[in-house]
Order: sequence, then C-alpha cells, then structure tokens
Amino acid sequence: MYNLLLGGAAGDGIETMSGLLEKMLKQSGCHLFTIRDFMSRVRGGHNFTQIRFGNQPLHAHRDTLDGIFAIDETTYQEHQPQLSYDGFILCDESLSIDDFRAIKLPLKAIATKLGNSKVISSVATGALLKLFNIPLDHTADIIKADLRADLAEINISALKMGYDLVDSNYDFPLTQTSEHLLVSGNTAIGLGAVAAGLRFYSAYPMSPSTSLLDFFNAHSRTMAIAVEQAEDEIAAINMAIGASYAGAPAMTGTSGGGFSLMVEALGFTGIAEIPLVTVDVQRPGPATGFPTRTEQSDLKFVISASQGEFPRMVIALRDHADCFYQTARSLALAKKYQLPVILLSDQYLADSTTTIPILDASEIVHFNEPEPPATTPDQPYQRYALTENGISPLSIPGKSQALVRVDSDEHDEWGQITESASLRNQMVEKRMNKLEGLKAELLEPEFWGADHCQSLLIGFGSTSGAIKEAVDILNQEQQNYGALIFGDIYPLPTERLQHFADQVVDIINVEQNATGQLAALIREETLICCKHSILKYDGRQLSVDDILTGIKNLKGGF
Amino acid sequence: MNKPAFTTYETAWCPGCGNFSILETLTEVLNQLETPPHQVVLVGGIGQAAKTNQYLTANGFSGLHGRSLPAAVAIKIANDDLTVIVNTGDGDSYGEGGNHFLHNIRRNVDITHFVHDNQIYGLTKGQPSPTSDPCDLAHKTSTCNMGAAFNPLLIAIAAGATFVARSFSGDKTHLAQIMTAAIRHPGYALVDILQPCVSFNKTNTFAYYKQRVKPLDDAYDPTNKLAAIEKAMAFGDTIPIGILYQEQAPTYAEKRPELFDTVPLIDKHVPLSDIQALINSYI
Repeated sequence: MYNLLLGGAAGDGIETMSGLLEKMLKQSGCHLFTIRDFMSRVRGGHNFTQIRFGNQPLHAHRDTLDGIFAIDETTYQEHQPQLSYDGFILCDESLSIDDFRAIKLPLKAIATKLGNSKVISSVATGALLKLFNIPLDHTADIIKADLRADLAEINISALKMGYDLVDSNYDFPLTQTSEHLLVSGNTAIGLGAVAAGLRFYSAYPMSPSTSLLDFFNAHSRTMAIAVEQAEDEIAAINMAIGASYAGAPAMTGTSGGGFSLMVEALGFTGIAEIPLVTVDVQRPGPATGFPTRTEQSDLKFVISASQGEFPRMVIALRDHADCFYQTARSLALAKKYQLPVILLSDQYLADSTTTIPILDASEIVHFNEPEPPATTPDQPYQRYALTENGISPLSIPGKSQALVRVDSDEHDEWGQITESASLRNQMVEKRMNKLEGLKAELLEPEFWGADHCQSLLIGFGSTSGAIKEAVDILNQEQQNYGALIFGDIYPLPTERLQHFADQVVDIINVEQNATGQLAALIREETLICCKHSILKYDGRQLSVDDILTGIKNLKGGF
Repeated sequence: MNKPAFTTYETAWCPGCGNFSILETLTEVLNQLETPPHQVVLVGGIGQAAKTNQYLTANGFSGLHGRSLPAAVAIKIANDDLTVIVNTGDGDSYGEGGNHFLHNIRRNVDITHFVHDNQIYGLTKGQPSPTSDPCDLAHKTSTCNMGAAFNPLLIAIAAGATFVARSFSGDKTHLAQIMTAAIRHPGYALVDILQPCVSFNKTNTFAYYKQRVKPLDDAYDPTNKLAAIEKAMAFGDTIPIGILYQEQAPTYAEKRPELFDTVPLIDKHVPLSDIQALINSYI
C-alpha cells in the first residue's frame, strides 16, 4: 500500500495528471483511493490530490505519505511533515528543496525539449510509474482516450522519457482490477439514479454537488433524463416536485446552502405526499462556509428541516457502492411511501475516487406501483384515500380518467382544501402511519470488528472506511473494538445499537462535526449516551490516523 | 364533442369578485377545446386566484406561494401530452415568484399563465402588490405602492416572452378569445387579466377598469416588438387589452428533439443493457 501526493497551484494541471495516473494504476492492476483537496478558486493557491494505491481494496485515505510530486516549493513545505523517513520528493531540478529524500529531475528541460512546457506532468508521471515498477503497457491508450491526437503524441513521448529517468525503487505484486470500476461518489450516485430509472433532475450549481448536474447533463440524451439548471434551489426542488407529480422519477441535488432554500418545498412533498429524492452533498457551514471542503454537520438540519410534522427518510451514504445502491433504493422508497427521501453525502465522498467491484444494474429493485382503483363519475379518484398503512393508491395525471389533485394546504381525500378538525387528525395520522411500514424496511447499521468488543465506535456516512480501518488496526493488539456505522439514519434503526450498548463498556462517537450530532440523535431516540467523542470540523476528513490518535488520547495510551 | 365536460365546484371567493367571471370563462374555453379534463393540469400557487384549480374538474396542483411556474413547466416537461395552465395572482406571480417569472419566460415551455391581476393582496387582506398603483404623495393610501409599479407585460416582452396579452374579467367575450389564443400558442403564454378586488382595492374598481380598457385595433400588428413595448407602457387613462406581442419561436421541447419526440418523457424506457454499458464505461 503506497500513498502518493501530487501538489501544485490551481491551473497547474494536477487534476488532469491525477486523473491519468489513476487510470494507469488501475489498468495495471492496482486498487486505489484518491482524495482531492482544492481551494475555492480557479487559478493559483495550493491544490493537491492524494492517491493511495496497492493490491488490496482501499476505503479511506491515510495521512503518512510515501511520495510527493511537488510542482512548486509550497507543496513540499506544506506536506513534508507527512512524508515518511524513507519516502521521496519528486520535483524539477530547479526547485530549491533541500532534503535528502528529494529526487530532482530535469522535468522542465525535457518538456521544453519536446516543445510544450505543460507536459512536465507527463514526464513526472512516467518517473512515478517507473519508481513503483508499473509497466507502461496501458498508458498510451489511456492518454489517447483522454487527449487530442497531437497532444496525446507529445504526452506519450514525455511519459516514456520520464520513465527512463529513474530506476525502480518499489516492487509489489499487482492484482487484477479489470472487474472493477473507477468512480467518484457523485458519479456513483448518478449511476444509481440512472439504474433506478430517473427521468428528471433539476439543480442549481453548488459545490460539491455540481458534478451531479454535470453527470446528468452528459447522459441526458442516452439515459432519457430531462435535466434543468434552475434559476435557484427553490425552483430546482419545485420543478422536481412537479415532474414527480406528473409521473417522472425525480431528484434534485445541492449542498447545505441550497438545501436551506429548499426547506419549504420539502414540507410540501411531505403534506402533498409526492415522492422525491434530494441529495445534500455536505460542506462545512454555516452560510458559505468552506465551499470546497468536507463536513457532516447537516444531519440534525435535514432530519428536522421545514415547519410542521411529516414522515421523511434520511440515508447517509457511507461509500461509493452505497452511493449507487442507496440512491437507487431511495428512489424506490420515495415512490413506495410517497414521501421525501434525503441522501446525505459530503465533499469527501463526492470528489474521492476509488476502485469498486462492477455495479450491477440488474440488482436494482424497482417499486412497481399497484394499479389504482378505477374511477367513475360517481366515485372520483381519491388521491389521499384514507388507508390502514397510510399509503393511498397513486395515480398520475393523464394516464386514466382519474383527476389527480395535490395540495400544499391540508386537504380531504380528494385533495380539496379543508379546515375540518377531524379530517386534519385523520390526514396527519395517515401520513405518520407510513412510518410504520418504512421502519420495518430500515437497514441496521453495519457492524465491524470484534463481536465481543468492549469499546464501540459509532459513526455515519463517509467516515465509514476510516473507522473500519482504524478498528482493524486497534484489534491487531487486542480484539476489543467494534464499530457501528449508520447508513439509514432517520428514522434511526435501534435494534443493533441496543444490542451492543448493553454489551460494551464505552461508546465513542466519531463524527465530522463540532457538536456530535449523531450522538445527540441517538440520545434523543434511545437514551443511549456516548461516553467519548472524536470530532473534527476543520474541513479536512477524519483519517484513520486521526481516529487512532483520538482513541489513544481518550485512553491514555494503548 | 364527446368528452366529459369541465364543471365547477362551490368557491370560497367574495361575492362580486372578478375571479368568478374568470372561472366561468375558463370553463367555457376548456369546454370548447378538444382536450378532456383528465388531460388538463391546472396549477396554482397560493392566493385567492390560485384557488381556481380547486373549483374546476381537471387535474389540480396547488403548490407553494410563488412557486407555481417551476412546478408547471416540469409537469409539461415530464408529460408533453398534458395541457398545463397556471392560474394565480399578481403577488404570487410577480412578487414571491418574480425570479421564476423572469426565467420561465426564457425557457419557453409550452404552458399558459393566467395572472388574475387585481393590483392588491386579497387573501392577506389589503396590502399593496407589485402591480398596485404608485402612491400619490398628497393622498397616500394603505394600498398604494411607495415604489414604482411593476409592469409585467413590459418586463415579459423585454425578457423574450413569445405571447404577451392583457384582458379584463369584465369583458368575457374578449377574455375567452385571449384565453383560447394563449392556450393554443406553442410556448409560454402570459395573460395578465385585470380583475377588481371588491373587498380591498377601492382604487382599481370594476368601473375604473371598465372606463379605461380599450381593445387593440384590428390594424395592430402583434409581431412588432417595439410597438408592443409602447403598448405595454400605456397604463393610465387608457389601458390597451388584447395580444400585445406574439412570435413563433422554438419551444423548450422543440429545442431538444433528442429528448422530446412523440413519446412523453414519463413513458420513455432505457434498456438495461444501455445502463450497464454506461456503468461499464468506468472500468
């Protein structure tokens, strides 16, 4: 397992270089997990990607680096404390970096000789591949697929010249990853929605959700999805609601700021019982906060957003496979229970890329609407028919003689405004009754670690990979640790939690926020208290190392 | 015509409200069209005018205040077979929904937007609306506009609307003609319908409108944008009514033939093999 950092200013081509290097590593038989750390600017500043790779599946990043490729001195200064003693810094010979680990190469000179100063990153890529003894077999095809013909040629030459500059320093057996995808979290959400039959996506661009909008735009024609860039998030969600009412599986996506604008409409989907999936790709708030960074601080907001009371479901996405399967599941559940489902992701998951086994579209379970009862002039369609389980048969306009009326006001069975006290009670109870069915379908949190653990870590969403890896490391000494990682988070599944709470000595909540929102939710729902917290809210994702350090500090050493 | 008739339910409007004749006229107009009630979606936001869809036998979507347009265009995008008509007020359309008004003009989705413009907030009992008359500083009232009055027709034309008209609830023959033309227009059609609010607007009364509205001459050319702008700016002793501006321009769907053909979006199906191929492109 190796950990490589590529850094430079925005506009230096680090993102392009990383994308190509990732593909080359993957095609050669490496698993990888890459995180992207960038500033909210188009040029300048300091951006980096961290590519962790090896012959085992990876689910999180690590802090300690085996190598740095530094386009500038800033990259070296910022990251050399993370570099292991036997690591390396690959850079151009002109950089004033005084470090015994530096491998200074004539990257710029070669690029200049080739007639394009920008190919410096390809020269470096060649050298990096050689250092790790990765064969050049697939590289030319990958470059040709991504770059214009004339640019491809020169970059292939640059790569080869870089390859010849160094000797291999690392050697590890490569594995087989041709049955794996290389996807980001947002791409996996997009693929899940496509597989579930999404027909409508509306959004206003907002980091870190924007790549979802780009994904759907790119595949709009072939996947038959109408994509609308709305004038604001209020329009975005109201469009998705309109499309869903008309019978199109619909979704909208945003980050916390945009979600704030969507709140009234979220309640509308609740009272009008319109299926809708909303993705909140979280970033640190409040207000503009840290636009390009990560946090898990919208949990308590999304479970309570909007005035009034109505059933809703919140699913925290834990990893890239979850992004695919849970997005598809959320569309089915929204339709089945006719309620809003909120998917909680975050910048870390959205922008990180990893290798995962091929996602299988045929595994997606679709919810097929039962045929609503026929309507006659004497018995007009009741959109809000009072039923035992709270679910009223759903018709869509234009597909039968049924006249489908939905209403943001309190309404009667036909969707007409009412001010009746008894109908109000019946409608509130009908809507809340839907939760009983939903609760029976909740997925318990994933358990990881030793069954007879004494210390239980609790987390949700994208910290999953780091928590699991930390538990594995902790258990190497003594099988004492376990973890529960929530995906379905609201309504909160409590069975497995209750089981472990009765068994363990202490519970530690691990969260990417300042106030321990999951711990508070658990306390509210179950009276179970977390004894300790490991919290991080600096916009940089909790790493395995952060968790290990946190545990060490709590327990006063192992 | 062999189709179920559009009929109305009991309303909650004030006796004498201009909404009654708008509802009656709309019912007549819909009965003249070929479209049956189950193919028509009436969309509203919040307000007295927005309740129109509650009183007519068609599909009904009573959404949020100011947000009728985004929902309406998406309903049409999802199912192009539906006839989508928005009925809502001046506050809903031009105040709370102002941003959506501007941008849905640009989209040119094939929907019809009837704004019941009584130049007042009725449901909240008598506050000025964006279209209320500007205050006469010597005789300020509780319902006048301290700012300038919003001119919806001028703004619609400037923003690129393809059908911009005004009518009056007191002239049902004129209103029916304009409503029919608006529904038939391919693209976004705006009709600002002047109507008295008998309870709260003591300035812009039935008599006030009756004296001032003047149908456009037969010789008026609605394709002349500059002339239309001039007509849109005339709102005083004479208020022109009729189709101020109309042009044929590609609709939202016509600009995207790859997605909008004879099969409505909701009936489209993508083969599983195509979906799996997209997934596998990330190998």
